[in-house]
Amino acid sequence: MKKFIIGLFVLGTYGIYSIGIRHVRPVLSKPSILTKKTNPSTYIYAKTMAKKTPGYRDGTYIGNVEYEYYGNVQAAVTITAGKISNVKFLQYPNSHSTSVYINDQVMPYLKQEAIKTQNAKNVQIISGATFTSVGFIKSLQSALAKA
Amino acid sequence: MKKTEIIMGMPITINVPELKTISQLDQVFDYFRHIDDKFSPYKQTSELTLYNNQQNINKLSKEMIEVLELCEQTKKITLGYFDIDNHGHIDTSGLVKGWAIDNAAKILKGMGYSNYFVEAGGDIQANGVNEEQMPWQIGIRNPFDINQIVRVIAVSNKGVATSGNYIRGDHIYDPITRKNIEGIASLTVIGPNIFEADRFATAGFAMGNKGIYFIDALPFFEAYLINDRGIATLTKGFEEYVA
Repeated sequence: MKKFIIGLFVLGTYGIYSIGIRHVRPVLSKPSILTKKTNPSTYIYAKTMAKKTPGYRDGTYIGNVEYEYYGNVQAAVTITAGKISNVKFLQYPNSHSTSVYINDQVMPYLKQEAIKTQNAKNVQIISGATFTSVGFIKSLQSALAKA
Repeated sequence: MKKTEIIMGMPITINVPELKTISQLDQVFDYFRHIDDKFSPYKQTSELTLYNNQQNINKLSKEMIEVLELCEQTKKITLGYFDIDNHGHIDTSGLVKGWAIDNAAKILKGMGYSNYFVEAGGDIQANGVNEEQMPWQIGIRNPFDINQIVRVIAVSNKGVATSGNYIRGDHIYDPITRKNIEGIASLTVIGPNIFEADRFATAGFAMGNKGIYFIDALPFFEAYLINDRGIATLTKGFEEYVA
């Protein structure tokens, strides 16, 4: 009987969990490959190709349509002489201003995780702050205590 | 050969495994000293200080003009979130560090090297491969415990920059609301080079917890944001870099 109850509990938890997953992750844009459009300097850029794409060549790169909490977001990045010279938002939920979407309330549709200590054995370099202000650490500790 | 020096008030490390002569590393460190003399907001004689005191408006160096133009342009492409103007007093530090690391890496490239890293105060340009012929492995520091790392990424020919308001106290504020950034502990950005990674990390950080969505929408960039409760948010392609 005890086993049955535990089993039922496990099943129920899984059920709630899987429903949760379906609701949390709605439509994500499908990864596409880097494709050249008719305009020779306009590219459709897929973020998943970032690692394999060697080029950071001049031209305009259009990102995937990303579904965020507040609607579709699509950015175009123009590169001139090897540097980003412009960023344009082609799609954003509110047509009044590009900054509106930044100011909107945001829900976490991106993957989240609680941070945890990793093995630093093979690490050659560390990215982060070099100097730590004691006051900030204290305020963090008090914030964490409230969390 | 790996060497660290304290310049611009922070440790700068250069590692070139196939280095031929030590004087080549000294040349790169000299470049950082030159940049510090020019852009330090703490030095009374720096070109930046003179500029802020309006003592040299008509005779700016090429480097100062370039940096001021890049700051202006960066403000535009980050929706106003990158802003060097603090009540009429400008501070180019948010751009100069990444720009200088990028230039330092180009000096090494000009010397014929393709495998090296240049790191200044936690911002990194990592090119080619490490001593084991593998991509450079970079640890992302825990903003709540400087002795810990919370993620390890492997990169080659990329820039990695972390912005946090724990660096020298609360110096990053939202230029739109003029308030200190709340709710965010650190934002690590992987970009095509350290100049781009650094300026978008600074701007993304200034957006607070929403900055991760800005970076996520941008081609060529990935990011890892840690909020003040120790929860991290990843852009969609970030895990491709996880070692």
